[in-house]
Amino acid sequence: MQIMALLLVLALLTVIGFQLGRSRATASVGGRTVELHSVPSYHGFYVALWAGLPALLLFALWTASEGWMVMQMVLAGLPGRLTHVDGQALSLLRADILNLAHGVNTGRVPDPAVAAAAEQYVRLRSLGDWSLLVIGSCLAMGGLLFARGRITPDLRARNRVERTVNVALVVCSLVAILTTIGIVLSLLFEAMRFFAAVSPIDFLFGTHWSPQMAMRADQVGSSGSFGAIPLFAGTLLITAIAMAVAVPVGLMSAIFMSEYANPTLRTWLKPILEVLAGIPTVVYGFFAALTMAPFVRGLGQAVGLDVSSESALAAGIVMGVMIIPFVSSLSDDVINAVPQSLRDGSYGLGATKSETIRLVVLPAALPGIVAAVMLAVSRAIGETMIVTMAAGLTANLTANPLEAVTTVTTQIATLLVGDQEFDSPKTLSAFGLGLVLFLVTLTLNMVALRVVQKYREKYD
Amino acid sequence: MSVQTQYPTASVPPRAETQVRAGGPGVKMVARDVKVYYGAKQALKGIDLDIQENRVMALIGPSGCGKSTFLRCLNRMNDTIENCRVEGLIALDGEDVYGRTIDAVQLRARVGMVFQKPNPFPKSIYDNIAYGPRIHGIATHRDEMDEIVQTSLERAGLWNEVKDRLREPGTGLSGGQQQRLCIARAIAVSPEVILMDEPCSALDPIATAHIEELIDELRENYTIVIVTHNMQQAARVSQKTAFFHLGEMVECDDTEEIFTNPRDERTQGYITGRYG
Repeated sequence: MQIMALLLVLALLTVIGFQLGRSRATASVGGRTVELHSVPSYHGFYVALWAGLPALLLFALWTASEGWMVMQMVLAGLPGRLTHVDGQALSLLRADILNLAHGVNTGRVPDPAVAAAAEQYVRLRSLGDWSLLVIGSCLAMGGLLFARGRITPDLRARNRVERTVNVALVVCSLVAILTTIGIVLSLLFEAMRFFAAVSPIDFLFGTHWSPQMAMRADQVGSSGSFGAIPLFAGTLLITAIAMAVAVPVGLMSAIFMSEYANPTLRTWLKPILEVLAGIPTVVYGFFAALTMAPFVRGLGQAVGLDVSSESALAAGIVMGVMIIPFVSSLSDDVINAVPQSLRDGSYGLGATKSETIRLVVLPAALPGIVAAVMLAVSRAIGETMIVTMAAGLTANLTANPLEAVTTVTTQIATLLVGDQEFDSPKTLSAFGLGLVLFLVTLTLNMVALRVVQKYREKYD
Repeated sequence: MSVQTQYPTASVPPRAETQVRAGGPGVKMVARDVKVYYGAKQALKGIDLDIQENRVMALIGPSGCGKSTFLRCLNRMNDTIENCRVEGLIALDGEDVYGRTIDAVQLRARVGMVFQKPNPFPKSIYDNIAYGPRIHGIATHRDEMDEIVQTSLERAGLWNEVKDRLREPGTGLSGGQQQRLCIARAIAVSPEVILMDEPCSALDPIATAHIEELIDELRENYTIVIVTHNMQQAARVSQKTAFFHLGEMVECDDTEEIFTNPRDERTQGYITGRYG
């Protein structure tokens, strides 16, 4: 409530600040704006930034630290018998206070001291919010007045605004980078917990995957075996099938669209092909499981082959279809980027259209096409749903596309579906798989980028 | 080469009445009443021109006058442009190039082209030259190919500069070298006519001088048509000059005649720099 109010006040003050700054700048030179160092609107932005930014920074800091500070104050007021305990009990106590404060019914009668602490917590929080509103508004007002007072014809408002925007841009890109680093780190730490339980050698080179663990000491059977080779082999098999479908079809359709189709046809064809990219993978999964898999099975039976009803072939083909627009759209772009002058040069030597495409256009576009294929491969490796639905969960180590296989991503999904305890190797193995998968796709993407960079703009 | 070539009317679909008596000794290509339309816009309004064998013909004129369009008609490069329509007759050695007996691919092997901007393929220098002979199956052995590559580069005056780095990409050469590479590439398929579309406009004066010398040498073996904006260049390299203006061919004569004694005042205006 107070937070909304503060944001509203800030928005209002920045708008007012912009207007004030602009008019003040214009007034300072008596309307002859050419005498200003910067255009008046930059003075407006300058004042607006001073009004908005400091208050926003305060707001960010406050919300990040308020909960913790208030909790410390509340804990300090509690009797020692409650607070002088080990870390785990202390975090329980904190949770109790928070639950009470937020009115969550825990079904237990709270300790009176804890109940009092919860009330104090609520009171302090509300006080904090109000003071944030007041202090924030004052800060914004102060910033506005300060900046307005500094406006002179010589103020280098443009440079200052541009520098601020520059910093904002850096911060935004940092967000993306830090998020990635955070994800990688969380993956890494969980994976390390897994590798503490299962040796990396067994994991990477074992050929038997059966993650069922004994839940109790007296349980027999399911001892857990974490050889990831069948999963990676399955991933490889399905990816290979998918690429065998997607690369030729995608590339050929890209060549048709960019070199042979007339513009009208092209404007129709390209969006239609891109609709394929918009179909959710679950729908592809239906198609794979209900249409493709029985079809492959029927076909196999007709020629006397034994095809399991969940086959790598069906999943791979459908996955390939899913990736076609990816390959064709990217390849189409790179083929179009090949300069017309190269085609002219080839035609001018008496080459036919197909010779020109095969010997000049495709080689020139090759880096881009390779990159497109690499990206498609990472996409295929990461695909989960189609395999879950159509290729099954059996971790077979086989190169036969007619059998059921499973992939890394599918296993990760099944391992983490449902209620899990996060200290058993079974659950943690998902992080191990995730880490290896991440490294593989990262390598592929880096290779793709390298290829593109190395051969980029060699013509032109 | 026949003295009087009678063109069959059937091969000139747009204007059946054109009975062209053209040519004469030493005439390599003829154009009769050539009209070109880009969509509804008419770019050429009936061009008649004879191109002499083993001569350099320069096409000059202000920008947008249709000289490049005309050049691209001679080897049917305009076929690759959408909405482009060509009417009239263009003949190579008495054979209608838009007729049934010859197709664009064959034609372009006989009438090569060098473009305004050097456009080497992103391949090695060797492969750039070998490209044409390979697709036309001219060389059957490696040795033959090596020889074609060497002769072509020698004729283009590039051999000494690149003989030690034939395997390096053609795109790594300097602009002037690239353009000579493109000329060598065109020579490698042994064309009869070479069309050059402002071949020096992207080059510095030294590279330009190189190419101009080269054009003069090539005249011995090839018929050359060159489009240029540079009138000194036209005067230096050509024996015949045709002046184009607003889609018309205003006059065509010996180069010396055009530059010293132009008959049309538009030509005079252009070459004296009053407009253009």
